[in-house]
Amino acid sequence: MARIIAGVGTSHTPAIGAAVDNGKADQPYWRPLFAGYEPAKRWIAETRPDVVILVYNDHANAFDFRVIPTFALGCADEFPIADEGWGARPVPVVKGYPELAAHLVQSLVLDEFDMTVVNEMQVDHGLTVPLTLLFGSPSEWPCRIIPLAVNVVQYPAPTGRRCYHLGQAIRRAIESWEEELKIVVFGTGGMSHQIQGPRAGLTNPAFDQAFLNELSRDPERLTRITPVEYMREAGAEAIELVMWLLMRGALGPKVQEVYRFYHIPASSTAVGNIILECR
Amino acid sequence: MSAEKPYDDIPGTWIFDAQRARAGYHLNQFLYTLMKESNRKAFLADERAYLAGFKLTEAQRNAVLDRDWNRLLELGGVVYALAKLAFTDGKSYQFMASKMTGMSEREYVDMMLKGGRSPEGWRSRSEREKH
Repeated sequence: MARIIAGVGTSHTPAIGAAVDNGKADQPYWRPLFAGYEPAKRWIAETRPDVVILVYNDHANAFDFRVIPTFALGCADEFPIADEGWGARPVPVVKGYPELAAHLVQSLVLDEFDMTVVNEMQVDHGLTVPLTLLFGSPSEWPCRIIPLAVNVVQYPAPTGRRCYHLGQAIRRAIESWEEELKIVVFGTGGMSHQIQGPRAGLTNPAFDQAFLNELSRDPERLTRITPVEYMREAGAEAIELVMWLLMRGALGPKVQEVYRFYHIPASSTAVGNIILECR
Repeated sequence: MSAEKPYDDIPGTWIFDAQRARAGYHLNQFLYTLMKESNRKAFLADERAYLAGFKLTEAQRNAVLDRDWNRLLELGGVVYALAKLAFTDGKSYQFMASKMTGMSEREYVDMMLKGGRSPEGWRSRSEREKH
Protein backbone atom coordinates (compact mmCIF):
# COMPACT_ATOMS: atom_id res chain seq x y z
CA MET A 1 0.00 0.00 0.00
CA ALA A 2 1.16 3.53 -0.72
CA ARG A 3 1.82 5.60 2.39
CA ILE A 4 2.40 9.25 3.13
CA ILE A 5 5.24 9.05 5.61
CA ALA A 6 6.22 12.67 6.18
CA GLY A 7 5.77 16.30 5.27
CA VAL A 8 8.23 19.05 4.50
CA GLY A 9 7.41 22.73 4.86
CA THR A 10 9.75 25.07 3.02
CA SER A 11 9.90 28.52 1.52
CA HIS A 12 10.35 28.74 -2.25
CA THR A 13 11.88 32.21 -2.66
CA PRO A 14 13.16 32.57 -6.26
CA ALA A 15 16.37 34.31 -5.18
CA ILE A 16 17.42 31.05 -3.49
CA GLY A 17 17.33 29.26 -6.82
CA ALA A 18 19.15 32.13 -8.50
CA ALA A 19 21.87 31.99 -5.81
CA VAL A 20 22.49 28.31 -6.59
CA ASP A 21 22.27 28.76 -10.35
CA ASN A 22 24.74 31.67 -10.31
CA GLY A 23 27.24 30.00 -7.99
CA LYS A 24 26.57 32.37 -5.08
CA ALA A 25 25.58 29.80 -2.46
CA ASP A 26 28.94 30.17 -0.68
CA GLN A 27 28.69 33.93 -0.34
CA PRO A 28 28.23 35.30 3.20
CA TYR A 29 24.67 36.44 2.40
CA TRP A 30 23.59 32.91 1.45
CA ARG A 31 25.85 30.60 3.43
CA PRO A 32 23.74 30.52 6.63
CA LEU A 33 20.61 29.68 4.66
CA PHE A 34 22.12 26.75 2.78
CA ALA A 35 23.84 25.51 5.95
CA GLY A 36 20.42 25.50 7.60
CA TYR A 37 19.05 23.19 4.92
CA GLU A 38 21.85 20.61 5.24
CA PRO A 39 20.00 18.49 7.84
CA ALA A 40 16.88 18.45 5.65
CA LYS A 41 18.98 17.34 2.68
CA ARG A 42 20.46 14.51 4.73
CA TRP A 43 17.01 13.55 5.99
CA ILE A 44 15.51 13.26 2.52
CA ALA A 45 18.58 11.40 1.18
CA GLU A 46 18.05 8.82 3.94
CA THR A 47 14.26 8.76 3.57
CA ARG A 48 14.40 8.20 -0.22
CA PRO A 49 10.76 8.90 -1.09
CA ASP A 50 9.40 7.27 -4.25
CA VAL A 51 7.06 10.17 -4.89
CA VAL A 52 6.82 13.77 -3.73
CA ILE A 53 3.46 15.51 -3.89
CA LEU A 54 4.59 19.11 -4.17
CA VAL A 55 2.11 21.77 -3.11
CA TYR A 56 3.13 25.15 -4.47
CA ASN A 57 1.78 28.10 -6.35
CA ASP A 58 2.39 29.19 -9.87
CA HIS A 59 3.52 32.83 -10.19
CA ALA A 60 1.88 33.80 -13.49
CA ASN A 61 4.08 31.38 -15.42
CA ALA A 62 2.17 28.16 -16.18
CA PHE A 63 -1.13 29.97 -16.02
CA ASP A 64 -1.61 33.36 -17.55
CA PHE A 65 -4.64 35.39 -16.58
CA ARG A 66 -7.15 33.70 -18.84
CA VAL A 67 -7.74 30.84 -16.42
CA ILE A 68 -7.00 30.80 -12.70
CA PRO A 69 -7.56 27.37 -11.17
CA THR A 70 -7.86 27.20 -7.39
CA PHE A 71 -6.45 23.65 -7.13
CA ALA A 72 -4.65 22.24 -10.18
CA LEU A 73 -3.12 18.79 -10.21
CA GLY A 74 -0.31 18.07 -12.64
CA CYS A 75 -1.15 14.84 -14.47
CA ALA A 76 1.55 14.91 -17.18
CA ASP A 77 4.52 12.53 -17.40
CA GLU A 78 6.84 15.48 -17.35
CA PHE A 79 6.86 19.18 -16.63
CA PRO A 80 9.32 21.53 -18.37
CA ILE A 81 10.98 24.38 -16.49
CA ALA A 82 9.46 27.82 -17.16
CA ASP A 83 11.36 30.88 -18.39
CA GLU A 84 10.07 33.41 -15.86
CA GLY A 85 11.68 36.37 -17.57
CA TRP A 86 15.40 35.75 -17.13
CA GLY A 87 15.76 32.34 -18.83
CA ALA A 88 14.70 28.92 -17.50
CA ARG A 89 16.51 27.62 -14.41
CA PRO A 90 19.17 25.07 -15.41
CA VAL A 91 17.58 22.24 -13.46
CA PRO A 92 16.33 18.83 -14.62
CA VAL A 93 12.91 18.39 -16.14
CA VAL A 94 10.40 17.28 -13.52
CA LYS A 95 9.11 13.72 -13.99
CA GLY A 96 5.52 13.20 -12.95
CA TYR A 97 3.48 10.12 -12.13
CA PRO A 98 0.42 10.28 -14.39
CA GLU A 99 -1.18 7.05 -13.18
CA LEU A 100 -1.09 8.05 -9.54
CA ALA A 101 -2.09 11.62 -10.39
CA ALA A 102 -5.12 10.29 -12.29
CA HIS A 103 -6.03 8.18 -9.27
CA LEU A 104 -5.73 11.24 -7.04
CA VAL A 105 -7.97 13.30 -9.30
CA GLN A 106 -10.63 10.60 -9.41
CA SER A 107 -10.53 10.01 -5.68
CA LEU A 108 -10.48 13.72 -4.79
CA VAL A 109 -13.31 14.72 -7.10
CA LEU A 110 -15.51 11.90 -5.80
CA ASP A 111 -14.51 13.05 -2.31
CA GLU A 112 -15.99 16.45 -3.31
CA PHE A 113 -12.80 18.40 -4.03
CA ASP A 114 -13.21 19.90 -7.50
CA MET A 115 -9.71 19.59 -8.89
CA THR A 116 -8.55 21.07 -12.17
CA VAL A 117 -6.71 18.50 -14.30
CA VAL A 118 -3.59 19.83 -15.98
CA ASN A 119 -2.05 17.72 -18.74
CA GLU A 120 0.51 20.22 -19.91
CA MET A 121 2.25 22.65 -17.62
CA GLN A 122 5.55 24.40 -17.12
CA VAL A 123 6.76 24.65 -13.55
CA ASP A 124 8.35 27.71 -12.00
CA HIS A 125 10.48 28.54 -8.96
CA GLY A 126 7.59 27.71 -6.64
CA LEU A 127 8.20 24.06 -7.47
CA THR A 128 11.88 23.96 -8.43
CA VAL A 129 13.38 25.94 -5.52
CA PRO A 130 12.11 23.43 -2.91
CA LEU A 131 13.58 20.61 -5.02
CA THR A 132 16.93 22.40 -5.15
CA LEU A 133 16.87 23.05 -1.40
CA LEU A 134 16.14 19.42 -0.55
CA PHE A 135 17.88 17.51 -3.33
CA GLY A 136 20.69 19.87 -4.32
CA SER A 137 21.78 19.93 -7.97
CA PRO A 138 21.53 16.35 -9.33
CA SER A 139 21.47 15.54 -13.04
CA GLU A 140 17.99 14.06 -12.54
CA TRP A 141 15.57 14.51 -9.65
CA PRO A 142 15.68 11.33 -7.56
CA CYS A 143 11.93 10.68 -7.45
CA ARG A 144 8.70 11.29 -9.26
CA ILE A 145 6.89 14.52 -8.48
CA ILE A 146 3.20 15.31 -8.61
CA PRO A 147 2.67 19.08 -8.72
CA LEU A 148 -0.35 20.50 -6.94
CA ALA A 149 -0.67 24.18 -7.81
CA VAL A 150 -2.81 26.33 -5.50
CA ASN A 151 -4.00 29.79 -6.48
CA VAL A 152 -2.65 32.27 -3.95
CA VAL A 153 -2.04 35.04 -6.47
CA GLN A 154 -5.56 36.33 -7.00
CA TYR A 155 -7.56 37.02 -3.84
CA PRO A 156 -9.10 35.00 -2.36
CA ALA A 157 -6.85 32.00 -2.07
CA PRO A 158 -8.61 28.91 -0.73
CA THR A 159 -8.84 29.13 3.06
CA GLY A 160 -6.36 27.36 5.29
CA ARG A 161 -9.19 25.17 6.50
CA ARG A 162 -10.11 24.14 2.96
CA CYS A 163 -6.48 23.36 2.21
CA TYR A 164 -6.17 21.31 5.39
CA HIS A 165 -9.24 19.29 4.43
CA LEU A 166 -7.87 18.72 0.93
CA GLY A 167 -4.70 17.38 2.53
CA GLN A 168 -6.81 14.94 4.54
CA ALA A 169 -8.55 13.83 1.35
CA ILE A 170 -5.18 13.29 -0.33
CA ARG A 171 -4.21 11.01 2.55
CA ARG A 172 -7.39 8.98 2.04
CA ALA A 173 -6.72 8.79 -1.70
CA ILE A 174 -3.16 7.56 -1.21
CA GLU A 175 -4.31 4.87 1.22
CA SER A 176 -6.38 3.31 -1.55
CA TRP A 177 -3.45 3.00 -3.97
CA GLU A 178 -2.09 -0.53 -3.77
CA GLU A 179 1.44 -0.07 -5.00
CA GLU A 180 4.12 -0.06 -2.30
CA LEU A 181 5.24 3.59 -2.27
CA LYS A 182 6.79 5.98 0.20
CA ILE A 183 5.36 9.43 -0.34
CA VAL A 184 6.46 12.76 1.11
CA VAL A 185 4.27 15.85 0.80
CA PHE A 186 5.90 19.27 0.44
CA GLY A 187 4.01 22.39 1.49
CA THR A 188 5.84 25.39 0.13
CA GLY A 189 5.87 29.20 0.14
CA GLY A 190 5.92 31.67 2.99
CA MET A 191 6.86 32.32 5.60
CA SER A 192 6.04 35.92 6.52
CA HIS A 193 6.70 38.18 3.58
CA GLN A 194 5.40 41.17 1.69
CA ILE A 195 6.97 41.71 -1.68
CA GLN A 196 5.03 44.61 -3.14
CA GLY A 197 4.09 48.18 -2.42
CA PRO A 198 5.44 50.61 0.19
CA ARG A 199 5.04 47.90 2.85
CA ALA A 200 7.45 45.51 1.07
CA GLY A 201 9.99 43.81 3.29
CA LEU A 202 7.59 43.12 6.14
CA THR A 203 8.43 40.06 8.23
CA ASN A 204 6.94 38.76 11.46
CA PRO A 205 9.16 36.20 13.22
CA ALA A 206 6.75 35.86 16.18
CA PHE A 207 3.91 34.93 13.84
CA ASP A 208 6.14 32.48 11.97
CA GLN A 209 7.45 30.78 15.12
CA ALA A 210 3.93 30.37 16.49
CA PHE A 211 2.90 28.87 13.15
CA LEU A 212 5.81 26.40 13.23
CA ASN A 213 5.04 25.47 16.85
CA GLU A 214 1.40 24.77 16.21
CA LEU A 215 1.84 22.98 12.91
CA SER A 216 2.54 19.77 14.82
CA ARG A 217 0.61 20.49 18.03
CA ASP A 218 -2.56 22.30 17.03
CA PRO A 219 -3.01 22.63 13.26
CA GLU A 220 -6.75 23.07 13.77
CA ARG A 221 -6.06 26.44 15.37
CA LEU A 222 -3.98 27.46 12.39
CA THR A 223 -6.87 26.59 10.06
CA ARG A 224 -8.86 29.39 11.71
CA ILE A 225 -6.40 32.11 10.68
CA THR A 226 -8.34 34.24 8.20
CA PRO A 227 -6.87 35.44 4.88
CA VAL A 228 -6.90 39.03 6.14
CA GLU A 229 -5.06 38.01 9.30
CA TYR A 230 -2.24 36.45 7.26
CA MET A 231 -1.97 39.58 5.14
CA ARG A 232 -2.22 42.02 8.03
CA GLU A 233 0.14 40.24 10.43
CA ALA A 234 2.63 38.57 8.17
CA GLY A 235 2.50 40.34 4.79
CA ALA A 236 0.27 40.10 1.73
CA GLU A 237 2.17 37.10 0.34
CA ALA A 238 2.22 35.21 3.65
CA ILE A 239 -1.13 33.83 2.50
CA GLU A 240 1.05 31.16 0.88
CA LEU A 241 1.20 29.48 4.28
CA VAL A 242 -2.17 27.89 3.56
CA MET A 243 -0.15 25.48 1.40
CA TRP A 244 1.72 24.33 4.52
CA LEU A 245 -1.68 23.49 6.02
CA LEU A 246 -2.52 21.43 2.96
CA MET A 247 0.67 19.45 3.58
CA ARG A 248 -0.15 19.15 7.29
CA GLY A 249 -3.62 17.79 6.56
CA ALA A 250 -2.08 14.99 4.50
CA LEU A 251 -0.01 13.73 7.44
CA GLY A 252 -2.77 12.44 9.70
CA PRO A 253 -3.46 13.57 13.26
CA LYS A 254 -0.15 12.69 14.92
CA VAL A 255 3.22 13.90 13.76
CA GLN A 256 6.68 14.24 15.19
CA GLU A 257 8.71 17.32 14.34
CA VAL A 258 12.19 16.12 13.44
CA TYR A 259 13.76 19.31 12.10
CA ARG A 260 13.18 23.04 12.02
CA PHE A 261 15.11 25.94 10.58
CA TYR A 262 14.23 29.63 10.41
CA HIS A 263 16.16 32.42 8.77
CA ILE A 264 15.80 36.03 7.61
CA PRO A 265 16.38 37.14 4.91
CA ALA A 266 16.25 35.59 1.49
CA SER A 267 15.65 38.62 -0.69
CA SER A 268 12.35 39.96 0.76
CA THR A 269 11.25 36.88 2.70
CA ALA A 270 11.52 35.07 6.01
CA VAL A 271 12.52 31.49 5.26
CA GLY A 272 11.23 28.47 7.15
CA ASN A 273 11.85 24.76 6.88
CA ILE A 274 10.19 22.06 8.95
CA ILE A 275 10.10 18.28 8.71
CA LEU A 276 7.20 16.37 10.23
CA GLU A 277 7.12 12.58 10.30
CA CYS A 278 3.80 10.75 10.52
CA ARG A 279 3.29 8.78 13.71
CA MET B 1 -23.28 46.25 -4.54
CA SER B 2 -19.65 45.32 -4.18
CA ALA B 3 -17.79 42.60 -2.34
CA GLU B 4 -16.56 43.32 1.15
CA LYS B 5 -12.88 44.26 1.20
CA PRO B 6 -11.62 44.06 4.75
CA TYR B 7 -8.04 44.14 3.43
CA ASP B 8 -8.46 47.68 2.10
CA ASP B 9 -7.60 48.77 5.62
CA ILE B 10 -4.05 47.38 5.31
CA PRO B 11 -1.68 50.22 4.41
CA GLY B 12 1.03 50.16 1.76
CA THR B 13 -0.35 47.29 -0.27
CA TRP B 14 -2.66 46.59 -3.19
CA ILE B 15 -4.39 43.26 -2.86
CA PHE B 16 -4.85 41.61 -6.24
CA ASP B 17 -8.53 40.79 -6.04
CA ALA B 18 -11.01 39.99 -8.81
CA GLN B 19 -11.81 43.64 -9.47
CA ARG B 20 -8.15 44.60 -9.77
CA ALA B 21 -7.53 41.50 -11.90
CA ARG B 22 -10.27 42.67 -14.23
CA ALA B 23 -8.80 46.18 -14.49
CA GLY B 24 -5.30 44.79 -15.00
CA TYR B 25 -6.16 41.95 -17.36
CA HIS B 26 -4.58 43.32 -20.53
CA LEU B 27 -1.65 44.78 -18.61
CA ASN B 28 -0.90 41.41 -17.07
CA GLN B 29 -1.36 39.60 -20.37
CA PHE B 30 1.19 41.99 -21.91
CA LEU B 31 3.63 41.30 -19.05
CA TYR B 32 3.08 37.57 -19.49
CA THR B 33 4.48 37.78 -23.04
CA LEU B 34 7.83 38.85 -21.56
CA MET B 35 8.45 35.20 -20.66
CA LYS B 36 9.86 34.80 -24.18
CA GLU B 37 13.32 36.08 -25.01
CA SER B 38 12.24 37.18 -28.51
CA ASN B 39 9.40 39.23 -27.00
CA ARG B 40 11.70 40.81 -24.43
CA LYS B 41 14.00 41.91 -27.24
CA ALA B 42 11.15 43.26 -29.34
CA PHE B 43 9.74 45.18 -26.38
CA LEU B 44 13.09 46.77 -25.49
CA ALA B 45 13.75 47.66 -29.13
CA ASP B 46 10.56 49.75 -29.35
CA GLU B 47 8.45 49.84 -26.21
CA ARG B 48 5.66 52.03 -27.59
CA ALA B 49 5.26 49.93 -30.71
CA TYR B 50 5.19 46.71 -28.70
CA LEU B 51 2.62 48.12 -26.26
CA ALA B 52 0.39 49.17 -29.14
CA GLY B 53 -0.40 45.48 -29.58
CA PHE B 54 -2.24 45.36 -26.24
CA LYS B 55 -5.42 47.01 -24.99
CA LEU B 56 -3.81 48.95 -22.18
CA THR B 57 -5.33 52.14 -20.82
CA GLU B 58 -3.29 55.27 -21.34
CA ALA B 59 -2.50 55.37 -17.62
CA GLN B 60 -1.26 51.79 -17.72
CA ARG B 61 0.82 52.43 -20.82
CA ASN B 62 2.47 55.47 -19.24
CA ALA B 63 3.13 53.60 -16.01
CA VAL B 64 4.86 50.84 -17.99
CA LEU B 65 7.01 53.35 -19.89
CA ASP B 66 7.86 55.16 -16.63
CA ARG B 67 8.42 51.92 -14.67
CA ASP B 68 6.11 53.45 -12.08
CA TRP B 69 5.84 50.25 -10.05
CA ASN B 70 3.33 51.27 -7.40
CA ARG B 71 1.09 52.87 -10.01
CA LEU B 72 1.22 49.62 -11.97
CA LEU B 73 0.08 47.73 -8.85
CA GLU B 74 -2.72 50.24 -8.36
CA LEU B 75 -3.82 49.85 -12.00
CA GLY B 76 -4.18 46.11 -11.68
CA GLY B 77 -0.70 44.77 -12.31
CA VAL B 78 0.10 41.64 -10.34
CA VAL B 79 3.53 41.72 -8.78
CA TYR B 80 4.73 38.42 -10.29
CA ALA B 81 3.90 39.69 -13.76
CA LEU B 82 5.55 43.05 -13.02
CA ALA B 83 8.68 41.15 -12.03
CA LYS B 84 8.99 40.04 -15.66
CA LEU B 85 9.28 43.69 -16.66
CA ALA B 86 12.02 44.24 -14.09
CA PHE B 87 13.84 41.13 -15.33
CA THR B 88 13.47 42.33 -18.92
CA ASP B 89 15.28 45.48 -17.82
CA GLY B 90 18.03 43.30 -16.35
CA LYS B 91 17.01 44.32 -12.82
CA SER B 92 16.43 42.12 -9.81
CA TYR B 93 13.22 41.55 -7.93
CA GLN B 94 14.87 43.27 -4.99
CA PHE B 95 15.48 46.35 -7.12
CA MET B 96 11.78 46.53 -8.00
CA ALA B 97 10.68 45.97 -4.42
CA SER B 98 13.02 48.70 -3.15
CA LYS B 99 11.59 51.14 -5.70
CA MET B 100 8.10 50.38 -4.41
CA THR B 101 9.19 51.30 -0.88
CA GLY B 102 10.95 54.51 -1.93
CA MET B 103 14.23 53.21 -0.50
CA SER B 104 17.48 52.72 -2.36
CA GLU B 105 18.28 49.11 -3.13
CA ARG B 106 21.15 49.25 -0.58
CA GLU B 107 18.84 50.58 2.16
CA TYR B 108 16.29 47.92 1.35
CA VAL B 109 18.85 45.10 1.45
CA ASP B 110 20.18 46.44 4.77
CA MET B 111 16.67 46.53 6.24
CA MET B 112 16.19 42.87 5.24
CA LEU B 113 19.58 41.89 6.67
CA LYS B 114 18.48 43.44 9.95
CA GLY B 115 15.41 41.19 9.99
CA GLY B 116 13.02 43.04 7.71
CA ARG B 117 10.28 45.57 8.31
CA SER B 118 8.42 45.18 11.61
CA PRO B 119 4.65 44.87 11.28
CA GLU B 120 4.34 47.48 14.05
CA GLY B 121 2.63 50.49 12.54
CA TRP B 122 1.77 48.65 9.32
CA ARG B 123 -1.24 46.57 10.35
CA SER B 124 -3.95 49.08 9.58
CA ARG B 125 -4.36 52.58 8.27
CA SER B 126 -5.26 53.92 11.70
CA GLU B 127 -2.16 52.30 13.21
CA ARG B 128 -0.09 53.78 10.37
CA GLU B 129 -1.35 57.29 11.09
CA LYS B 130 -0.19 57.05 14.71
CA HIS B 131 3.34 56.19 13.59
